Amino acid sequence: MGLHESMDTQIELVQYLSVEGALLVPNAPVEDEKLVAFYEAMTRGRLFDGKAIALQRTGQLGTFASALGQEAVGVGVASAMEPRDVLVPSYRDHCAQFTRGMSMTECLLYWGGDERGSDFQQCRSDFPNCVPVATQISHAVGAAYAFKLRREERVAVTFIGDGGTANGAFYEALNIAGVWNAPVIIVINNNGWAISTPRSLECAAPTLAQKGVAAGIECRQVDGNDVAAMHDVARRAIAKARAGEGPTLIEALTYRLGDHTTADDATRYRDADLVRRAWTREPIARLRAYLLGKGLWSKEREALLLKRCGEEVENAVAAYLATPPQNATAMFDWLYETLPISLRSQRDAARRYSAGGSHD
Amino acid sequence: MTELNLVEAVNAALSCGMSRDDSVLLLGEDIGANGGVFRATNGLQARFGRERVIDAPLAEGGIAGVAVGMAAMGLRPVAEIQFTGFIYPTFDQMINHASRLRNRTRGRLSCPMVLRSPYGAGIHAPEHHSESPEALFAHIPGLRVVIPSTPARAYGLLLAAMRDPDPVVFLEPTRLYRLFKQEVVDDGEALPLDACFMTREGLDVTVVAWGAMVREAMLAAETLEGEGVEVEIIDVATLKPCDFDTILRSVEKTGRCVIVQEAPRSNGFGAEIAAEIGERALYSLQAPICRVAAYDVVVPLYRLERDYIPSVERIIGAIRGVMEGA
Repeated sequence: MGLHESMDTQIELVQYLSVEGALLVPNAPVEDEKLVAFYEAMTRGRLFDGKAIALQRTGQLGTFASALGQEAVGVGVASAMEPRDVLVPSYRDHCAQFTRGMSMTECLLYWGGDERGSDFQQCRSDFPNCVPVATQISHAVGAAYAFKLRREERVAVTFIGDGGTANGAFYEALNIAGVWNAPVIIVINNNGWAISTPRSLECAAPTLAQKGVAAGIECRQVDGNDVAAMHDVARRAIAKARAGEGPTLIEALTYRLGDHTTADDATRYRDADLVRRAWTREPIARLRAYLLGKGLWSKEREALLLKRCGEEVENAVAAYLATPPQNATAMFDWLYETLPISLRSQRDAARRYSAGGSHD
Repeated sequence: MTELNLVEAVNAALSCGMSRDDSVLLLGEDIGANGGVFRATNGLQARFGRERVIDAPLAEGGIAGVAVGMAAMGLRPVAEIQFTGFIYPTFDQMINHASRLRNRTRGRLSCPMVLRSPYGAGIHAPEHHSESPEALFAHIPGLRVVIPSTPARAYGLLLAAMRDPDPVVFLEPTRLYRLFKQEVVDDGEALPLDACFMTREGLDVTVVAWGAMVREAMLAAETLEGEGVEVEIIDVATLKPCDFDTILRSVEKTGRCVIVQEAPRSNGFGAEIAAEIGERALYSLQAPICRVAAYDVVVPLYRLERDYIPSVERIIGAIRGVMEGA
């Protein structure tokens, strides 16, 4: 690029549905049946979310990271993936993971302190939740490279929060993704907060999407509470990656309506008016308004959905609570493929002095 | 039979590993056309192509991270970190992810990657090029830490590391890269991991060492042989998980133990060996265990590095000390 050339770094926000649920584009770019399915999936996720918080509050679950208000990001993106693709989640992506096939019981086991929750029975190639911020992006890039090397038409999709994009690991991975033209989609779940630190104190750039500019990869910014827009942009990015045309960075503008986790109290740092205003833009009511307006949804269907999802959540909770603890020696079972000889005596000690789990 | 130095043996192992297993690939800074700054990957890009010998962007944490992702998806990446002074950004990935992926997913995903790096002092290198961080990695459950001491062991252990189903940190003593040659049979045969090597048999004192210090211990043993002291030398080779049984058997036989490490003294891996002997073979000892180590100081710039690295003379002094303690 010569001195007189410049890059257009203007990134336009993609939005199909207004906050009132009106269609903002001439033709709905997502089929009606899909939108109904997304509505059901988002509702399912929200019901689960509420139950998980209730379980934590009653001492039946450990710390939990709610996705309240962010359901459209996970559902919109994951529904654009195929089973053969790979999801590399952060720790607030259960809406995406449910779409991929992770069971509610597995999710509860994970947050309930049991590693078996990450042994997904359906989405066997998906990565487990990633807690160290931003470190998961390079895993997705590496996975994508593996697909590319083997000439597999698979893509990797990964999520990161707005705060995570301040981390060096994010930039390194983004840069490598660009150089390798890796079939990877990196979704920034910009929910406005890195625990208590607002977006404005994390980054001075007008958009987080433009962080991809310096890495030479396509950058998109989407209304993250508009599941139609989220899905369509993700679908196009995935198709592009699958065709060998490289990575995409998608910034999803959403809002964290709940606390960072159940260990957090957002009232300490967040204005209540902000939250009230954010509730007017949330994804589920918006889509419901659209579907009702088109005659695609009804009170009867809503009641049936809530009943079905409620039963599913209760069944998952029952299965979670009925899952017997692992033996103490389970700590050693998967540390290495084969337990090294030098660790045998430690495993024996764990068995002898086992306090929590059941004995062998 | 071919006479190879240690870096040539590394190259031969990488070449053999890649030719026998299509899932093996190499990535690192300057490893392609340049063949690595020490030439460990010399000629491999020409032979195996740019897709399998990747000149990676200058981002050590990112290199380790993409290797985790590749490994989880069935590849066997061998990532080169140019010098150990630059290996610290990989800790996040190695500790938080590579070492834990199998455990976290109950075996659903695993991380069969190798993180290679030249390590240790003695080559008159610039600042941050002479570190010995083996104990930092050896503290981490789920990792393997392997350090060869000869060209033949470098060849066999690196092949084993590439075939291992779990992540391996493979630290190559830079000082030995071109110090001497040895016959290496390039037959694709791996050496066992998690096992110490009995490098020299003797009845009077056990010297436990790894990496470049094995050679110093050998020189010390040869000198002491003339004085009638029979030194047994154990090359630890795999520090994590460590084959303490072989070390303990030797100490029970000789009754004396000197541990030699190039890393700083305190909280080093030598302390772990001493503790194991103290717990499991104390009553076999005829003299206190002795450690010979670098001092607890920052690795000095190279004008002082010969004073920093444990010398043959210091090892001889320590052996004489435990012999007199009998």
